[in-house]
Amino acid sequence: MHLPFGGTKMSGNAREGLHETLLMSGVFLGVTALLQMSGISKRFGGTQALRSVDITAESGEVHAIIGENGAGKSTLSRILSGAVQSDAGEIRLDGIPQTITNPLRGQQLGIRMVHQHANLVPNLSVTENILLGGMPTAGPFGWWIDWETAHRRVQQILERVGFQGIDVRQRVARLSPAQHQIVEIAKAVAVKPKILIMDEPSAVLAQEDLTKLFALIRRLREENVLIFYISHRLDELYAIADRVTVLKDGSLVGTVDPRHTQRDELIRLMVGRPLQDIFPRRDPKPGRELLSLRGLGRGGSFKHISFAVAEGEIVGLYGLVGSGRTEVARCVFGADRPGTGEIHVMGRPLRPRSPRDALRAGIAMLTEDRIGDGLVLGLSIRDNASLASFPAMSRWGMLDRRRQDALVKAKMRELDVRPPVIERLARMLSGGNQQKVVLAKWLLTEARILLLDEPTRGVDVAAKKEIYATIADLAARGMGILLISSELPEILGMCDRTLVMREGRLVDEFTRAEATEEKILAGAAGVAEASHAG
Amino acid sequence: MPAEGIEARLKRWWFAGGEPRLGALDLGLIAGFVTLLLAGAWFAEAFFTERNMSNLMRQVVANGLISLGMLLVILTGGIDLSVGSVVALGGVLFAGIVDQLGIGAALAVAIASGAAAGLVNGVVVARFKLQSFIVTLATMGVVRGCVYLYTEIPLSPSHPGFRDLGATLVGPVPLSMLVMLACYALVWFYLNRTPAGRATVAIGGNEEAVRLAGVNVRRTVVVAYMLSGGLSALSGAILVSRLGIAQPSLGIAYELDAIAACVIGGAALGGGAGSVGGTLFGVLTLGLINNLLNLVGVKSFYQEIVKGTVIILAVLLVATKRMTK
Repeated sequence: MHLPFGGTKMSGNAREGLHETLLMSGVFLGVTALLQMSGISKRFGGTQALRSVDITAESGEVHAIIGENGAGKSTLSRILSGAVQSDAGEIRLDGIPQTITNPLRGQQLGIRMVHQHANLVPNLSVTENILLGGMPTAGPFGWWIDWETAHRRVQQILERVGFQGIDVRQRVARLSPAQHQIVEIAKAVAVKPKILIMDEPSAVLAQEDLTKLFALIRRLREENVLIFYISHRLDELYAIADRVTVLKDGSLVGTVDPRHTQRDELIRLMVGRPLQDIFPRRDPKPGRELLSLRGLGRGGSFKHISFAVAEGEIVGLYGLVGSGRTEVARCVFGADRPGTGEIHVMGRPLRPRSPRDALRAGIAMLTEDRIGDGLVLGLSIRDNASLASFPAMSRWGMLDRRRQDALVKAKMRELDVRPPVIERLARMLSGGNQQKVVLAKWLLTEARILLLDEPTRGVDVAAKKEIYATIADLAARGMGILLISSELPEILGMCDRTLVMREGRLVDEFTRAEATEEKILAGAAGVAEASHAG
Repeated sequence: MPAEGIEARLKRWWFAGGEPRLGALDLGLIAGFVTLLLAGAWFAEAFFTERNMSNLMRQVVANGLISLGMLLVILTGGIDLSVGSVVALGGVLFAGIVDQLGIGAALAVAIASGAAAGLVNGVVVARFKLQSFIVTLATMGVVRGCVYLYTEIPLSPSHPGFRDLGATLVGPVPLSMLVMLACYALVWFYLNRTPAGRATVAIGGNEEAVRLAGVNVRRTVVVAYMLSGGLSALSGAILVSRLGIAQPSLGIAYELDAIAACVIGGAALGGGAGSVGGTLFGVLTLGLINNLLNLVGVKSFYQEIVKGTVIILAVLLVATKRMTK
């Protein structure tokens, strides 16, 4: 066994001392680290996702990787797990250079990844998903599957990782998102890995499961597993991370010891500048009511949602994944089946059966998945920006090219899309510019109400700042804006009022003056009652 | 502002999309086409005669029209396997009623019947979100059955103008070729300069984005299938006019050549890529290969083999292009 520091277990003090030394000296003198990644670069189309990143990590370490959306966290972990190949750079395991050409190779090297969105086969059982490819067999030549042994083995695995209470015979499709995540974790840990990468594992977990997850992580650390923990929740890092590597816009900012690094310092490293500089100064003057929901609900996803958005107002809508925040907005936009309850737009009732109905009523919605349903990547900026406003750009069923180009070019200038070439294919643009094109598409519809779902996801800081300025400007010109975001600084920095959703219900509402990160999080996670009681 | 040189403007136009309008592989395909032309001129003495040229043009018209319709459907992310049967429907119907109705009305009825078949395809695919492959495979059988119900024997109408559509020459160019080129121009205009056309192109790239933009996706898709049916029926009418006889077995397996032409022209099955110009190129390439092999006297079985090989090579090229992106 090639362990750099000898023993399999180390006392807490010893580890602390060790890290002090390492961090002070900055180099690992004379020892080979378990993992050395150097000069890792990766480009996707027009976006430089990673720029010559170096990371060194030891076994028995919880190494957090943080950064804003689009900083390159996921790309880095996908490169390490073999899901994508880097354009340049070297990965050494125990000092030996390795090329990890595919996830299978990564697994053979002992690298396992827990994906943010569980990578499971929905119509197979929990057992099959966890043992996939390695089902125990019986009979002559192992011709058939030994189901009893398989179920028992998976039961044991679940017990070992500390998550009992999932029926292993059940089809995965019937499990909740949190249970999906647990199965995904169990699958990764079933074969004891050397390196375990967890990409935002906590996003869908409730407090109780999170506690169990942390216990599991600590146990794995004792077993000398190197754990990469990707998250943007600083609280979690302070709870479990030994070291924190900060990425920003694809570049390495630095690796720090969380015990000696203040929260503000971490945020500054992540964002690259003090937060207040990013958000525009605003002078909100809410006018008459533009949009109001009264008791809106739909099936199991949300219930009794009532709120209003006024002219010139930016209303934040915060909630964890699965809280129903996106579903509410999609329902107002007519993107999904209509729900129960009432929607009023400028006093008139609206029951949108399709986005067309909503657009006609003056509602536009920027969806959270820019690539999935925002852009047609193979088409030009011109086409993408015009898609929602063809009627205004055509006469007798034909496009008025001159008018179309004038409108699109004006919006491109307004939003500062680069390059300002409207023939440029959407595929060739950077994330920030792509997002601006999507925004332009909705602004060209002349909507009065704008629903923004994660408008700055996967966008670099410079573009973020510009998008915030645009949003503030739109509000100042009388547009009503609903801003859905999972980034608290964004909510706190932009919104006049903040609504909080949990499990399909509206649970809290804060004015700008009242809102704090703690209050919003407590509402969203449902820990307010618990902490009062305890 | 200083005047920009013509060269700089051309360069800017060529790279406006952020990448060259035609990649190295496309240029390679075009080079292959030119090589074929030269090889034809070299080996087959009869190739560059006026007679063969107008023959070649007449031969590509049938596939040219079908491919154009196929392109529209492929752009939306679907496929239309019923085109061969619709060719027979259009041809047989045209021949069957031309004596009573005259050329113009018979042609209109034939095209309308094709569009109606397309309407059924489109509505079933778009309304019920079924796979176009299965739906059009089924209508391929249904339409062929209807054709045989209409006539089991070949029809040869006595109308004096029956053969005009396929046989008339305007100078050295067949009338049918001009009709086909007019259709290409119209479809190019539709795809590039109308909202419905841009939506057609966009749907294959990202249907959900188009739906969320408030575009009537269903109607756009139905129109694509109707155009495919109408163009196939027109192709059938021109074909029977050229042959002078309308057989109910006309058009069997024509969908293959049409799909091949689209793919050679850079269309991606599944949608999101494809152009009118590229499809015309694909049609001409296939026509040229057929013509040359005929002139050199290669058996038709070999022709099939050569054609199949060319299709695979074209698809391979497209795939490599995608992988290197």
